[in-house]
Amino acid sequence: MAGFFERMMGKGTGKGSGSTAKERLQFILVHDRINLSPERLQAMKQEILDVISKYVAVDRDNVDIALQQRQRDSLIVAEIPFSKPAEGIEQDDEDVARPPQPSDSDTDSKAADDAGGG
Amino acid sequence: MGAKVITITSGKGGVGKTTATANLGVALARMNKRVTVIDADIGLRNLDVVMGLENRIVYDLVDVVEGRCKLRQAMIKHKLFNDLYLIPAAQTRDKTAVSPADMIQLVDKLRPEMDFILIDSPAGIERGFRNAVAPADEVLIVTNPEVSAVRDADRIIGLLEAENKGPGKLILNRMKSDMVRKGEMLSAEDVTDILAIKLIGIVPEDEGVVPASNSGIPVTLNENSRAGQAFRDIARRLNGEDVPLVSTGDNGSFLQRLARLFSGSDAR
Repeated sequence: MAGFFERMMGKGTGKGSGSTAKERLQFILVHDRINLSPERLQAMKQEILDVISKYVAVDRDNVDIALQQRQRDSLIVAEIPFSKPAEGIEQDDEDVARPPQPSDSDTDSKAADDAGGG
Repeated sequence: MGAKVITITSGKGGVGKTTATANLGVALARMNKRVTVIDADIGLRNLDVVMGLENRIVYDLVDVVEGRCKLRQAMIKHKLFNDLYLIPAAQTRDKTAVSPADMIQLVDKLRPEMDFILIDSPAGIERGFRNAVAPADEVLIVTNPEVSAVRDADRIIGLLEAENKGPGKLILNRMKSDMVRKGEMLSAEDVTDILAIKLIGIVPEDEGVVPASNSGIPVTLNENSRAGQAFRDIARRLNGEDVPLVSTGDNGSFLQRLARLFSGSDAR
């Protein structure tokens, strides 16, 4: 953000204001197209995370939920990593709510795989 | 069978819709096509002055719609072309005097007698825009390489898609190739990247455009004008000819060739 005004004036980065215009437009249009303000998007992200956190532990520092454009279609793309449980130590219930149904064991093993792979 | 109906629109005002409509109309007429241009900007009539036909107006679009005259009586023949007509907008009424159904009916009457019908849309996204778009077979969206104009163009494209008229094709008007080269203006690639629609033409900034509309002689009649050449190229594309986009002269400008000479990396 420090170089924002410099970039706006086309100084400092070696790029002109044309690329600033492009970046700004891409940001504006992604919200225009789905009629969702950045504030509402933030609220939606929060709610999505809250829902997922009811089932699995989420690594909230590395969450990436963003709007994307593919040609003229808008989509929301979410990358929500599970948090890595400390090895050998059973997760505390306060951090991780257990899945309500035993049939959700798929999600469990997937989470374990991800954690193991990291 | 019948005319191809093309609406020229933009969302934002002042980007060159009327100039584009007048020039495309004249360029198509030069190709011996039968053309009618319709000014759908009711209350803010302008296409007549840009085409130099303001002194000949007796009846207008609203007179036709409300049955005060026959369609033929409202069609003003161009001074230079026997098969180029203008149907002017009413100056004293507002856009609610005409409905999208009226426009479809009027255009359908004209179709058998014409090769092309061009409709100059008003700015905005309201009734006037919907009137202009309703009879269209194809929509051209005019924009300038500026954030506000591109944003409005995107909104228009969204509305066209919602009405099953989209996505339309883009005319990028008033490009300044030297500014693009300096990185101080959105390039054609930037704009098509952002809007994700097909480009039908790039019209360079041209100091001949204002004098042309001052005198009511569309710039495309000037053989030496680069903007005029761009409009002639777009007209040929509308006629189904395969005219490469680079032939607008934008990539071959003297400044760019000079730039390429001096710095291999700067010119693109």
